[in-house]
Amino acid sequence: MRIVRKDNSMIFRLCAALAAYFAAALPAAAQGLDQAINQAFADYTGWYVSLIFAPIPGTNFSWIAMWLVVAALIFTFYFGFIQFKGFVHSIKLVKGDYSDPNDAGEVSHFQALATALSGTVGLGNIAGVAVAVGIGGPGATFWMVIAGLFGMATKFTECTLGVKYRNEYPDGTVSGGPMYYMVKGFAERGLKGGGIFAVLFCIFTILGALGGGNMFQANQAHAQLAGVIGDYPGWITGVFLAGITFAVIVGGLKSIARVTEKVVPFMGIFYVVVSLLILIMNYDMIGWAFGQIFVGAFTGLGVVGGFTGALIQGFRRAAFSNEAGIGSAAIAHSAVRTKEPVTEGYVALLEPFIDTVVICTMTALVIVISGVLNVDPETGLYIWNAEAGRISTEGEVVGVALTSAAYARALPWFPVLLAVAVVLFAFSTMISWSYYGLKAWTYLFGEGKAKETVFKVIFCVFIVIGAAANLGPVIDFSDAMLFSMAIVNIIALYLLMPIVKRELGSYVSRLKSGEIKKFN
Amino acid sequence: MSGKFVVGYDDSSPARRALDFALDKAARQGGSIVLAHVMEWSPYTFLTPEELEERHARRKQEIARAETAIMGPVKDKLAKVDVPVETIITYGHIAEKLCEIAKQTGATQMVIGRDGNSALVSRVFGSTAGTLVQIAPVPCTIVP
Repeated sequence: MRIVRKDNSMIFRLCAALAAYFAAALPAAAQGLDQAINQAFADYTGWYVSLIFAPIPGTNFSWIAMWLVVAALIFTFYFGFIQFKGFVHSIKLVKGDYSDPNDAGEVSHFQALATALSGTVGLGNIAGVAVAVGIGGPGATFWMVIAGLFGMATKFTECTLGVKYRNEYPDGTVSGGPMYYMVKGFAERGLKGGGIFAVLFCIFTILGALGGGNMFQANQAHAQLAGVIGDYPGWITGVFLAGITFAVIVGGLKSIARVTEKVVPFMGIFYVVVSLLILIMNYDMIGWAFGQIFVGAFTGLGVVGGFTGALIQGFRRAAFSNEAGIGSAAIAHSAVRTKEPVTEGYVALLEPFIDTVVICTMTALVIVISGVLNVDPETGLYIWNAEAGRISTEGEVVGVALTSAAYARALPWFPVLLAVAVVLFAFSTMISWSYYGLKAWTYLFGEGKAKETVFKVIFCVFIVIGAAANLGPVIDFSDAMLFSMAIVNIIALYLLMPIVKRELGSYVSRLKSGEIKKFN
Repeated sequence: MSGKFVVGYDDSSPARRALDFALDKAARQGGSIVLAHVMEWSPYTFLTPEELEERHARRKQEIARAETAIMGPVKDKLAKVDVPVETIITYGHIAEKLCEIAKQTGATQMVIGRDGNSALVSRVFGSTAGTLVQIAPVPCTIVP
């Protein structure tokens, strides 16, 4: 007994010594490593990042954001404004009005939507909006909402295809997503190159999952935590988050993921409720705020860049926040049990609406009303901080910190809660993206426990790297990968949209004739 | 008068008592039994992406398990009695689903066992028996 205890204490002391060593050595080592990795990435991938985020000549509007917005417009017109005409039907589908009671126990439309939403609602809604309003002024909100409304048609298209061309295996599991509709859909239309598209999409998805879906999330979660608790080494947050993620995705500790999946929607609802509360507290300013948003949308309210500045920022943040066109949602939505793929398209179009039109607008309104954007008392226009390239703000903060400051004006305790929300949102986004990345990984390398574990371990290691380091070029590269997904995905969507149109036509006519009936 | 009895069944001892009670009544009346096993399920819960993927397979397993582990043991017993029995395995809110089954099958009575939770537990989580008496479309017997 005594010997065991002695052994234990020795192990303990050894661990403590090791921990102390790493605590002292890691930051320094990480810094050296940071620089090396940064340099390598900047040298080898810088050209690709510049290419993806290159501005359209004569503007500062990146062509990739334009690519997403133009696609959203094309799908909107092609499907006859499906997001408006089909909105009520979408809500009925989510409510389960058209669900066959005999399918009880299968994945419902609501569940597919909730899971996809917890992958997209997150930092984009909190930090991204603050960036848009900070640079583009209140008018950016208007364009963000417009882009969100059009993006609904893109989601409709990709998620319909995701369900239509998913793989169903003999054991009852399903796999779906752009790589499957690229291969099967292209073949059906007699087009070549589906396989190459799918492989490219998977490579981009894996790298995007490690970057935007992982390192960026860990990095921002740490930033907000450090803002509330006080500065501390990022690797501590990283190891903590990686540990939990490891337990979930490798250890199969589903209860944690399940708890997060339950808490995140409530955090989202809570965020909206708190925002509404602040708006009600300042009800006399709501009209003024909407005025600022509308006037700012077309004049810029003195913000440098004016009208185009507001437009660019709004479009950019919307495209980056709701992931319409990226292809990730098609993976999440494909598991639903339905005989009609179009129904999942209808349900998915609610996603950009909730993410961008509702949640992002709430954040923007609170920021505008709170008065954290500094106004010149003489001219009544926003003060431009030319050095930083944005509107001067209270305490000169940006991103999450600006949102935090705006909410804190009305509710001083909010930053603490926001930190919890940011960590949870980041975690749920990481869980979702670990799954998207894994699907792409198994598509390329085949299924199998060992192969899957390799990816999952790599994923966890990147969480630590993301939280610990300030890896600008690496994160830029992974963002570029995320949008590269949109390049191949949207080309595929253009080629396959006639199939979606056929499905939609058949569905609508059967709905009208009463062949598809309501159960509730 | 011959009646049709819907019996909520989960192979627990209260459920077995409820079945015995219904069998006795049905035998005397020349009636029949609908033996229903409802697994608690809401379409509005939240699942992880991995759970979404596996859900269809999981459901198949759950139904197969219910058939062997829940309905299996009573089959021999039911074979010996001279009462027609139909079995149903399904998902949903237990009390609501049982009422739905009663309506669909044209049942004249419902019978369920009582799990005997403490007053506090029932108050917090609700009890199937308690809900059922509130919403049952036909007379409902609760067997202690």
